[in-house]
Amino acid sequence: MRKLKLRPCGNFKERYEQELTIFETDFGRICLISGIIIFFCSAFLVADSYLLYVINMIGIASIAVIGLNILVGFTGQISLGHGAFFGVGAYAAAILAADAGFPFWIAVPAAGFITALIGIVVGAPSGRLKGLYLTIATLAGQFIIEYLLVHWESLTRGTMGIILPLPSIFGLELGTDLRFFFVIYICLIIMTLMATNIVRTRYGRAFIAIRDNDRAAEGMGIPIFQYKLLSFGISSFYAGVAGALWAFYMTSITAEPFTLWMSVEYLAMVIIGGLGSIPGAIFGATFIISLNETLRLVTDLLMNMEALKGVELTLAPLRELSFGLAIVLFILFEPRGLAEVWRIIRSSFRLWPFSY
Amino acid sequence: MEFFAQLLVNGISIGFLYGMAAMGFVMIFKSSSVLNFAHGELMAFGAFIFLTLVSWIKLPIILSFIIALIGCFILGFVIERLFLRPLIGEPLIYVIMLTVGLAAIFKGLMLFIWGGNLYVYPDFLPESLSISMGNIHIPPVYAAAIVIGLVFLTLFGLFFKYSSQGIYMRSVADNQQAALSLGVNVRKIFALSWAIAALVAGMSGIVLGIINGINVHDLSSVGLKVFPVVILGGLDSIGGAIIGGLIIGLLETFTGGYISPSLRDVVPYIVLVFILLIKPYGLFGLVEIERV
Repeated sequence: MRKLKLRPCGNFKERYEQELTIFETDFGRICLISGIIIFFCSAFLVADSYLLYVINMIGIASIAVIGLNILVGFTGQISLGHGAFFGVGAYAAAILAADAGFPFWIAVPAAGFITALIGIVVGAPSGRLKGLYLTIATLAGQFIIEYLLVHWESLTRGTMGIILPLPSIFGLELGTDLRFFFVIYICLIIMTLMATNIVRTRYGRAFIAIRDNDRAAEGMGIPIFQYKLLSFGISSFYAGVAGALWAFYMTSITAEPFTLWMSVEYLAMVIIGGLGSIPGAIFGATFIISLNETLRLVTDLLMNMEALKGVELTLAPLRELSFGLAIVLFILFEPRGLAEVWRIIRSSFRLWPFSY
Repeated sequence: MEFFAQLLVNGISIGFLYGMAAMGFVMIFKSSSVLNFAHGELMAFGAFIFLTLVSWIKLPIILSFIIALIGCFILGFVIERLFLRPLIGEPLIYVIMLTVGLAAIFKGLMLFIWGGNLYVYPDFLPESLSISMGNIHIPPVYAAAIVIGLVFLTLFGLFFKYSSQGIYMRSVADNQQAALSLGVNVRKIFALSWAIAALVAGMSGIVLGIINGINVHDLSSVGLKVFPVVILGGLDSIGGAIIGGLIIGLLETFTGGYISPSLRDVVPYIVLVFILLIKPYGLFGLVEIERV
């Protein structure tokens, strides 16, 4: 067995593989694995509580945001249609499970692939458009998909919604929050691993090249259009898987939540977490969802206080206000997001006592 | 035939409003190439100030109209100074998300202050403004909207053509660096164009409010409908904004009238996709798309 490397002593990289490793030291690897184990065990402590529901929501959103980050943060194509893709995934899973009788573990990836196809179609204008024109094209895609979800009644049952059968894996029924917790977070780990590895391969490097300078990338022989489409496909695959998990978790879906607001929320999670950072995507999802839930808690508390009975307090304005403030403050003061904050904290620990 | 004519009139009036809303949007894009997602909220802001002044403080109409416009002007100035100036030269995504964040802040604030209800202005337009031609009836609000729109369009046309500030703004829009080297204060022009755009937005918000009543959610969704309009007209053409507005307005009312009311709200976006694929710089826009 090779010797564990716990602390780096200088930068002695000799090969590109050393530059590309996920964990620079074994210390990071051990920390992460033990962290995941502790996290999984601690779920038993909060089983059957509202907190676990929130944690599950964070897991689902994280999967979607990792996908969006591949598109926005790594390839540099801004998409305002991610909420619609999430909805397509949810509907695909619901239709496959309720009408075609697919089992859970086939329906989820199948929904991902269907959404990837739709994503490639919506991303097709990227062959001719870039920058804000492409953003506006995806905005149109969002509205058109939203319309289809409501009005294509033979397929989506319109405003009635679809009720999903109780999912089960290998005979184990996923009826409780706790069981779903394990499914969601194992999916999240697999998807995170996939994303980290995509970014390290030639595909990821091509994405980054397109983001940084598309003309130079084309000059270096990267077929830009194919790679943009691939990026749209991967990103919507993530959205589709997240949407499918969400649909099974919610057990019944309507087209209502998949609005432009959802797309904007995902973009905000990407920005707040940190563009082009995969852990950042998870931080961003955690931040926004915790913010929403904290606000809900605060308003509930205020509503129940006797002194404030006369004052009408509603959630919606407070939520929009703090959401907007969070985006604006992050963009103005920490544009690289929570991932950067995390990096600063880590390195100041590492360099202690000489950190500055 | 009667139905057709009435739809035509409605379409033109609505289209005119879209055009006016798009005008402010184009102005911002032209001078600072910022895609403003908070446009609908700026419109709602103007409409609500006007509402407060007219029906709560009960100032005379003309005075409160002017005060509301001044308020919007100042707001536009402040937005540019506080939020947009630090972002000059930053990547597109930050600018877009900043305006999205601003939109959320404004919407939240307005919901806090005025709530999500539908308000209507007191009826102050004289009935004599209404136009009747045979069976076609144009209610006074539409007539007033068209009059206000035409007055402002002429005023802005004159402003851009003859006043020195207007000429500076056009020069900045045309070529920032050249304008800078000729001694134009580009920062001041940015601030001024945001202020004027906010003023135009506020004005169109007031007019829309007179016609449909004011509601935060409705007005901010109109702010999104500006996108098809400006893409159709060309992102940097003020005249194109008006014509794009008219086309989108007519298209919407005719789809709503003849095909299906539910399709009405999506048709502009379907058109948008086709325009982007066929003629991305719009009818009157500057050709600057590169195919990479």
